[in-house]
Amino acid sequence: MSRKVIKSVTNLYDKKIERLAEVPDEKLPPLKNNKELKYIGRGISRIDGYDKVSGTAVFTFDKILKNMAHARILRCPHPHAKIRKIDITKAMNIKGVIDIITKDNTEKIDWYDGDTFIFDEHLRYQGDEIACVAAENEVIASMALKKIEVEYEILSHVTDKMTAVKEDAPKLYDWGNISPDANPAKYNRGDYEQGLKNADQIIEEEYNTQFVIHNPTEVHCSTVDWNGDHLTIWDSTQGIFAVRNSVAAALKIPQNKITVIKKYMGGGFGAKLEAGKYTVMAALLAKRIGRPVRITIDRKEMNLAVGNRPDSYQRLTVGVKNDGTLTALGMTMYGAMGAHRDGAGCQWPLRSLYKCPNVKVEEYHVAINTGRSRPFRAPGHVQGTFAFESIIDMAAEKIGMDPIEFRLKNYAEVEANWEIPWTTKLLKECYKQGAEAINWKSKRNKKAGEGKGPVKRGVGMASQIWWGTGGPPAYATVKLNRDGSVHVLSGTQDIGCGTYTILAQVAAEVLEIPVERITVSLGNTDEHPYGPSSGGSMTASSVTPAVYDGALQIKAKLMSGASALLGVREDNLVYSQGVIYSKDDKNKKKSIQEVVRETHEQILVATGARNARPQGVMLNSFGAQFAEVEVNLETGKVKVLKIVAAHDIGRTINRKLLENQFHGGIIQGIGYALLEERVIDHYTGKVLTTNLHNYKMPTIKDAPEIEVIIVSEGDDQISAIGAKGIGEPAIIPTAGAIANAVYNATGVRIRTLPITPDKILNQVYNIG
Amino acid sequence: MKEEKEKKEISRREFLGKAGTGVAGSYFILSSLKQAEAVAKENPLQPPETYFGNIQVQLTVNGVKHKVRVHTNTTLVELLRDRLSLTGTKVVCNHGECGGCTVVIDKKAVYSCQMLALDADGKDVTTIEGLLKGEELHKVQQAFIDKDGLQCGFCTPGQIMSAYALLLNNPDPSEEEIKTAMAGNICRCSAYPKIKESVAEAARLLKA
Repeated sequence: MSRKVIKSVTNLYDKKIERLAEVPDEKLPPLKNNKELKYIGRGISRIDGYDKVSGTAVFTFDKILKNMAHARILRCPHPHAKIRKIDITKAMNIKGVIDIITKDNTEKIDWYDGDTFIFDEHLRYQGDEIACVAAENEVIASMALKKIEVEYEILSHVTDKMTAVKEDAPKLYDWGNISPDANPAKYNRGDYEQGLKNADQIIEEEYNTQFVIHNPTEVHCSTVDWNGDHLTIWDSTQGIFAVRNSVAAALKIPQNKITVIKKYMGGGFGAKLEAGKYTVMAALLAKRIGRPVRITIDRKEMNLAVGNRPDSYQRLTVGVKNDGTLTALGMTMYGAMGAHRDGAGCQWPLRSLYKCPNVKVEEYHVAINTGRSRPFRAPGHVQGTFAFESIIDMAAEKIGMDPIEFRLKNYAEVEANWEIPWTTKLLKECYKQGAEAINWKSKRNKKAGEGKGPVKRGVGMASQIWWGTGGPPAYATVKLNRDGSVHVLSGTQDIGCGTYTILAQVAAEVLEIPVERITVSLGNTDEHPYGPSSGGSMTASSVTPAVYDGALQIKAKLMSGASALLGVREDNLVYSQGVIYSKDDKNKKKSIQEVVRETHEQILVATGARNARPQGVMLNSFGAQFAEVEVNLETGKVKVLKIVAAHDIGRTINRKLLENQFHGGIIQGIGYALLEERVIDHYTGKVLTTNLHNYKMPTIKDAPEIEVIIVSEGDDQISAIGAKGIGEPAIIPTAGAIANAVYNATGVRIRTLPITPDKILNQVYNIG
Repeated sequence: MKEEKEKKEISRREFLGKAGTGVAGSYFILSSLKQAEAVAKENPLQPPETYFGNIQVQLTVNGVKHKVRVHTNTTLVELLRDRLSLTGTKVVCNHGECGGCTVVIDKKAVYSCQMLALDADGKDVTTIEGLLKGEELHKVQQAFIDKDGLQCGFCTPGQIMSAYALLLNNPDPSEEEIKTAMAGNICRCSAYPKIKESVAEAARLLKA
């Protein structure tokens, strides 16, 4: 099967990303519907399950090398400072300390797109890096950190975005505090002012969302080892190639001199999509001391320095006619990106979820003296959907329409930003099936808060749109051994979503052999063909079609080999369950093992490629979630009783793993709605929630009943597999659905997340 | 029980003797490391034993007896991971807030980051590796595969040890009892519904 290089276009946020990629030059035959398939769609157990339950899985955190040194980082205790002087003498005198690097004894290495250096004398947040110690063990390294003497020039700080945009606020950069990339980011569609004039009702509301921290269970960590000029890095990362390329650029060494390996990692959720400074520091130390170095950060550093979901202030305006037609949508938002440049916006749900001809958006991304924000499971969409779906609910109420009916009235048939149709959009079906499952009609209070107290129940819902859907470049190599066993290799990562398992299912489906005969190997930049970073809900949708292509090529080789061996024309052969038969004479047959052996091959090898994205159409996933909650008006506590998640996510590849992913997204969404918040004391500029006691994450007791409904089959315009991706869709509408359910239960509208008991009680009793 | 107590006291006395005063751990480490310097220079490839401490504890881990030298402030999880290379037990918060490091001692689920190695002297500790019989999985482990009670897998050893401890004491737990027993184990991937199913399945498998 031949290949061609094409320009593949992805519409992502406001960008039209054009990538050249090698793809199959013919459209591959799409898979049948799941009920006709043997392996795909089934709830097959995780093939990496044994390693994970037995304790034998070696995570990056567990990587031990002989003679390894241990590194820890000294971080700035102040929100804003300059280093006057660093004295490492006392720390170096501690027995067991091997080396210490700082800005004084290393070269300047650009970091964060040149806004700073690996070691910068300008420290912009509590947690900014000052020095890195290598010692015989972690305890000694940690002791040494306390003996490094740093003289600071304390600078005035700002840790609140609305203060940071004021003229007299302390400035983090020469360009001020508002990112040059979004000062503001503007979007206009139609005539917003005219749209407001045409409205019968105008609703204006302010919403605030909090900072939340990824807090994956495995801390960010690397183990690095030089062998002459070759550097091997074991990293807890969502993107091995991203790490390789960044570290190569930082150390100014060729990419082929770095191997990045990630077999198992303890979660990322977006925080581990790029190389960390810590990896570069470990590499610098390892080179200087001639020993492997393991670097880890601790839970406090996790909560200070390696990423967060940006907060938001959103002022939304909705213009609506009395018949329910949306005439105008307006948004002014501020989001804090932390001490270094990153996106902090959340305008896309408002721009793309419903039909509205007149839209106006202004976004400001603001630098403040806290850790830098990073993409966190559906960046922007989670905070945006909470606010937008809240105000949509209010608009529906204002004109006396059922929230679902209102959403159907403004159902978008065409993607308005690009003015192109979707490949598939089954959101109507999500509304229908989800509403039935939650018992919308009987459980919804006609008038919000009408139930008898003090414990009130209500239901609410919210919709979701996300990008996902994948694309090239993504490759997978399929190898068939003489005994009929198979290897699938790809340079992508399984970050807990089940990539190992679903890739095996695809190969099993094509080659019609049991999953047990397939081994999947991921996460090695030297041994595997390129696979994408695990982000954007793009792994399954990008890599499964590449495996499909690779397995089809192996099948074609087998057919060709069998044809030669049997003396039967290929079109007169049939492939079934790993055996190739002559159509005319069933006794004329060769098993796949026989074909490999008798053609004197040891291993058949083929590398499959992901197909191009279809042009002139928009690709999105959709869904609607329905929440039933109970609110105690005496304690203010919200309890989520049930979530129904009805989604259009293309093909389901593994029902069991898919449910698990949905549970995870929804429960993280419950954490976002009700529990989690990084709290900063603005006076001292310090983070108060730096451990898992103060930073509240959901436990098993916070998990409600969850029903997952998938309304879609494979979308074969996307790929022959037709998966859209599910990691992010699962979390997007949860907070909005809960907020709307809380309103339906109590008549109290909470506009600031998280919905904690104090906020409920303050509103119920009109305090504050 | 009495014997264990005596052993512990001896260990503590040994420590006090060597430290001279009763000053906090880190200063003690500093002073004790001086004598290790010579060793370090002789063989820079091997970190000297004294970097890991001077006080001997004796404990049984997964049925195997170990004598290990530790510092006063060495925790059980550090002993397990750094000295015995049993990396199945994870460190997640290191503050007794998440259950990632759960092991089982005396039929109880214990946060091994919150127990000093000295306090584990004389104890019989079971870690995730100890549930295996050769390469064969324990039924609790099998249940977590069958019901997919995990995603990334990093909190999984702690989850399984908590479930194991629960089922040692209560072979037939109710849903509420499962939730209570597992509430001290955070799973950030939030595989909780399937963790709950896994524990119920483990109870079924163990009874069968």
